[in-house]
Amino acid sequence: MACAGPPNGRRPASGVDAAISLKGRVWLAAALLCAAGACTREQKAEPARVPASPALPAAAGPRASVALDAEDGQWTMPAKSYSAARYSQLGEITADNVKNLRPAWTFSTSVLRGHEEPPIIVNNTMYILTPFPNILYALDLTKQGAPKKWQYEPKPQSEAQGVACCDVVNRGPSYADGKIVFNTLDNNVVAVDAATGKELWKTRVGDINTGETMTMAPLVVKNKVLVGNSGGEMGVRGWLKALDLASGKVLWTAYSTGPDDEMLIGSRFKPFYPKDQGKNLGVTTWQGEQWKIGGGTVWGWLSYDPQSNLVFYGTANPGPWNPDQRPGDNKFTSSLVARDADNGEAVWAFQMSPHDMHDYDGVNESILLDVPWKGQTRHALIHPDRNGYVYLMDRTNGEVLYAEPFVHITTSRRVNVSNGSLEYVPEKKPRVGEVVRDICPASPGGKDWQPSSFSPRTGLVYIPHQNLCEDEEGLEANYISGTPYVGMNVRMYAGPGGMRGRLTAWDPIAGRAAWAIEESFPVWSGTVVTAGDVVFYGTMDGWFKAVDARNGHPLWQYKTGSGIIGQPVTYRGPDGKQYVAVMSGVGGWAGAIVAGNLDPRDSTAALGFAAAMKDLPDATQKGGTLYVFSLP
Amino acid sequence: MRRLSTVRAVSFAVASFLFATSVAGCRREERRFRESPPSATPTTVRVSALQPGTMQDTTHARNPYENNAYAQSEGQRLFGWYNCAGCHANGGGGMGPPLMDDQWIYGSSPENIYTTIIQGRPNGMPSFAGKIPTTQVWQLVTYVRSLSAQNSTGARSSRTDHMMMYPGSSSLQDPEKPKNSFRPPASEMP
Repeated sequence: MACAGPPNGRRPASGVDAAISLKGRVWLAAALLCAAGACTREQKAEPARVPASPALPAAAGPRASVALDAEDGQWTMPAKSYSAARYSQLGEITADNVKNLRPAWTFSTSVLRGHEEPPIIVNNTMYILTPFPNILYALDLTKQGAPKKWQYEPKPQSEAQGVACCDVVNRGPSYADGKIVFNTLDNNVVAVDAATGKELWKTRVGDINTGETMTMAPLVVKNKVLVGNSGGEMGVRGWLKALDLASGKVLWTAYSTGPDDEMLIGSRFKPFYPKDQGKNLGVTTWQGEQWKIGGGTVWGWLSYDPQSNLVFYGTANPGPWNPDQRPGDNKFTSSLVARDADNGEAVWAFQMSPHDMHDYDGVNESILLDVPWKGQTRHALIHPDRNGYVYLMDRTNGEVLYAEPFVHITTSRRVNVSNGSLEYVPEKKPRVGEVVRDICPASPGGKDWQPSSFSPRTGLVYIPHQNLCEDEEGLEANYISGTPYVGMNVRMYAGPGGMRGRLTAWDPIAGRAAWAIEESFPVWSGTVVTAGDVVFYGTMDGWFKAVDARNGHPLWQYKTGSGIIGQPVTYRGPDGKQYVAVMSGVGGWAGAIVAGNLDPRDSTAALGFAAAMKDLPDATQKGGTLYVFSLP
Repeated sequence: MRRLSTVRAVSFAVASFLFATSVAGCRREERRFRESPPSATPTTVRVSALQPGTMQDTTHARNPYENNAYAQSEGQRLFGWYNCAGCHANGGGGMGPPLMDDQWIYGSSPENIYTTIIQGRPNGMPSFAGKIPTTQVWQLVTYVRSLSAQNSTGARSSRTDHMMMYPGSSSLQDPEKPKNSFRPPASEMP
C-alpha cells in the first residue's frame, strides 16, 4: 500500500459492510506507518495488515464447527474433506516455527498455462494434474527428491483450447478406491489406476463444438463420480453428471435449466422461498427456448453431507451476459442446488442472482459448518458468492440465515433475508450502446473460484478474493454454436482503496470480517489452514505466504518462479514430517494477460480483466512448478 | 539549369503525390454494393518462411478491399457479428491471441489471415469455411490488419468505437511500441 490518503472520491456508501469499515482501519494503519516515517520501499511491498484487536470475536463465545475425518496426513481430494473445510489437523508447522520453513524440493510440469490445481497425496505418492494438455504425474514421496513414478497423458483435442473461456486451467483430480479421477479440457472423464498409471476408463460427456469444456475437479461420493461442464460464455447448457466409479458409465444427468424432469426436479423438491418454487421454472423463467443455450454450467465446487446424503453445488452465470437478451429470472442459473447424492434428485435450490446482469456465477465453494444460531445448532453452509455477499444458509432446507457483504457493492442494496431476494440497483444494469460505470464487484465477483478454508480452532473462514470494479457496455450477442455468446464490453479496475486483492478472515457467526490482509493483485489462489494456526496462500506475483490464523500477522513468505493461483495443501510425508505444497504458474482469467500474451492496450481484453492487470507482465512470468516446503 | 531541374523534380513529385493520393482516396471511399464473388481466393499460402531449395514467395492474393474505408468498417461490424470479438476482444485477445500486436503465429499477410479464418488453426481457431461469404472474409481481413496498423492509416475511422483504457485515446489502432513479451512456440498458442 502506498503512502496516500484515503481513496479519494470512493468513500464507501453508507450502510456498507464491516469489511469496508475495516478498510478504513487499514488506511488508518497505513497512515500511521507513513507518519512514523516507516513508509519505505520495502514496506510498500508488504501487505497492509489490520492490527489484531485485543479480544478477537472468534476467541470468545461459541464457535462454528465442521465435520472432519480422522487425520491420516493425506490430501485425497482438492477440498481435503467432504465438508470442504481445507483444514489440516497436522500441527508440526506452527505460527511460531513457520518462519523456518524452507523448500524441500520442486518439480517442473512443463506446462506454461495457469496452474489452479492442488497436488493430491495418497499412499506416499503425490499426483500432479497439469492444465491443458492435462498430464497426470505421479511422484514417489518415499524417495529423496520425489522422482517420477509414471505419467499419464490423456491427449485432449488441441482445438478445445479455443473454447475455454478463461485460460485452459484444471482445478484438480480426486482419489477414490485406488483410482485417480479427473476431467480433461475436451470433456473426457478419466479414471487412472493410482498405482500403475494405467487408464481404467475414459468417458466423453461433452462436445467442444457446442462450446463445452471441463475444468472442475470431480467429487467422488460413494461409487459415483460427480462432474459438471464449463462454457457459460459459449452458450452452453449446464449440467451435473454422475458416473459409475467402477465403469465410467453415466448414471444420471441433472441439467441446470429446462423442464423439471431434465433437471431431476420431483416431489422432494422443496425450495425455502416462494421465489424459487413452482413447476418447470427452468423453462418458464426464460423466453422461448433460450434455456437450451442459457448457461448455468457447473464448473465450481461440490461439497457433500453424509448425514443427509446431499451434495451442494452452485450453477454459473446465464448466457449471454447481456441481460436484455434473456428476459426472466433465468432459473436455475447463479444458484445453489442441493441434490440427493444417489439419484441426483433436487431437494432445494436457491437463486442468489436472479436474471444475473454482471456474470455473478454461483459456483463458489460451500463449506459445511454447524453453527450456533439463536440458541440452536444449525446444520449450515457458508458460501461467499460472486455477487459480493457471504451467505450463511441452513443446508437442510436452503433458508438464508444471513447474507452480509464482504466487498464494496454498488450493484445491489442488500439481500432481503425474509424472501431471499437480491435487491438490485437499477442504475447499474448494463445497457446496450451505453457505458455503465462503477459496477462493483466486477464480473469475477467479490470472489471467484479460489476456495476458502475454515479452521475449527479459530472459528474463522479464510476467504481469498479480489477487490475490483468495472464499466460495462452492452452489445447484441449472436448465438453461433461453439463461439462466444457474451454481448458485453467490459473493462475492470481496482475497487475502492486501489488494492486489487484481499484475504478476509470472516467470522461466520457474527457475519463480518475479523481481519483482512490487502494485496496488490487479486488473491487468485486458494487458502489452507492448519492446526498449527497458520494460513497459507499465494499471490499473483509469486509470493507464497504464511500468516497467523488468529490475527493475520505475516509470518513467512517465499518467492516462487511464477504467480501463484493454485490450491495449497499440507500433508505428512513418509518421514513423518509435515510438508506444505503449492503449484506456481500464473494464468487463469486473472492471469490470462501473461499466460495468453494479451495486449492491454485494448481495455476489453480477457473480458475486461486485462485492463486491471496491466502491470502483471512486469511482475511475473509463465511457468508451472510444484514447490514443496518443510521445516529443516 | 540545375536549379530549374530541381523545380521540375519537385513539381513532378508534387504532381505524383497528388495523383497517388487522389487514386488512394478513390479506393478509400469506394463502396461495392454489388459484389461479384471474388475469384481471388488464395491458392499457395505458406505459413513457414523455411523452404527447401530456393526461397519462393507466396502467391499473393490481392485483397480487393485493402485500404478501403467502407470495407474496413464493415469488417469491424462483422468482427462483432461473427463473434470474433468474443475471443480476440477488440484486438487485445482473450480466449484467442491478440491481433493488435506484432506477433503473428500463422502470418500477417492478407492471404495468411484469409486462410486462418477459412481453414481454422489446430490450437483453437475455428474453421469458418462455408459459414462466411468470401467478400465478408476479405472485409474481416481488412479490419484485422488495421488493428495492427498494417494497412493504410488513412482508411481508418477516427471515431471512438470501444471503451478505452485512457480517456481521450480515440482509437485502438495506435501503432504504439509493441509490448515486450516472449513469443511462445506455435504449439502453445491458439
